[in-house]
Amino acid sequence: MKLLTHNMLTSHVKGVTKGYPLLIKATEVKVNEVEFNSQFVSRMIPKLEWSALVQAAEGLGHLEDLPAELVSDYENNEEFLKKVHKVLLEVEVVEGSLQCPESGREFPISRGVPNMLLNEDEV
Amino acid sequence: MASSGRRPEHMAPPEVFYNQDEAKKYSQNSRMMEIQSQMSERAVELLNLPEGQPCFLLDVGCGSGLSGDYLSEEGHVWVGVDISTAMLDVAMEREVEGDLVLGDMGQGMPFKPGTFDGCISISALQWLCNADKTSHSPPKRLHRFFSTLYSSLVSSCFYSIPRTAVRNSPGLLFLTLNRGGGRAVFQLYPENSEQLELITSQAMRAGFSGGMVVDYPNSSKAKKSVLVFPSFFCVSLLVHQESFLRTRFKNMKGKSVKKGKDWILDKKERRRRQGREVRADTKYTGPT
Repeated sequence: MKLLTHNMLTSHVKGVTKGYPLLIKATEVKVNEVEFNSQFVSRMIPKLEWSALVQAAEGLGHLEDLPAELVSDYENNEEFLKKVHKVLLEVEVVEGSLQCPESGREFPISRGVPNMLLNEDEV
Repeated sequence: MASSGRRPEHMAPPEVFYNQDEAKKYSQNSRMMEIQSQMSERAVELLNLPEGQPCFLLDVGCGSGLSGDYLSEEGHVWVGVDISTAMLDVAMEREVEGDLVLGDMGQGMPFKPGTFDGCISISALQWLCNADKTSHSPPKRLHRFFSTLYSSLVSSCFYSIPRTAVRNSPGLLFLTLNRGGGRAVFQLYPENSEQLELITSQAMRAGFSGGMVVDYPNSSKAKKSVLVFPSFFCVSLLVHQESFLRTRFKNMKGKSVKKGKDWILDKKERRRRQGREVRADTKYTGPT
């Protein structure tokens, strides 16, 4: 699971109103090289929850000196975009789990795939 | 998909039906792969994404990632959701570029609002119309799916209706229901018109408006419906399209009326193609 996907995932357990951001508990992390596309990264930045990204990257030990606050004029800052690209698309959680901040429900991640299936009483 | 006469939805729930044997077909059977890829191409065409821009897309029922491969080829980044672990295993073996999530579409899409630029889904939506457990209610599951999908699509940009799609294919059914923003395209095999109505009514309840395209309506084998749901609402268009849909549906049910003008012209055309001698078409051809 890439951090881009993590930034978008929410807990959809019944009764949860703010199941975001999911807390990552990783036991295995890998870095997988992906082709850099500055246009895509700068298009994605406004959609991101920046604080959640920084928190997740820090937790995995791959912060890449991302600032706590989003810099302005990032479109033309290639160095910054490359860092964001690396955190968003190259760092992957292989094994671990995601925890819903509200209900504490854990969604296991195995072989890079988060299991978001709910039990019948959680729908 | 259904090569035997029975519909796969009637045999077992999707997580059971798409077991290792079935999943293997999607990485080895070249015909299956080609069809999947063609359908994805068509779905992406109908998404009408802004040209030359890499987009962030959702693939619902991504399976082994054949449709995702096409998205990657086009330069898009995607996330795939599927309920079958065996299919996702195949996707991983094939090292697809998109990120995979194990999930049930009927339980809703677990993404925050405004995530995706668009959504495609190839041959998956009809599975939602089946109740595989006593606790399953197809209308409820459809509604949950559509309402969560609706919010996960961005609503800031505007896409125009792909009119070229209407002109290019003969016998095309196209219904457009709109709301503002990202679009979702579903290729599906509806079992009957009630099922289609169930799907569209739930999609509309969730706020979608949309259209429907039928490629090759006269061939039951090649008939592949693609549901298109852009999201901006327009009532007049809706009313107009509904009556349009009804008439097109009538025409869709098999061939032209026998002994009618269209039927005669079709038949003459067929014979011409067979190289037979056929009288020229005149104003007296067929009843007026």
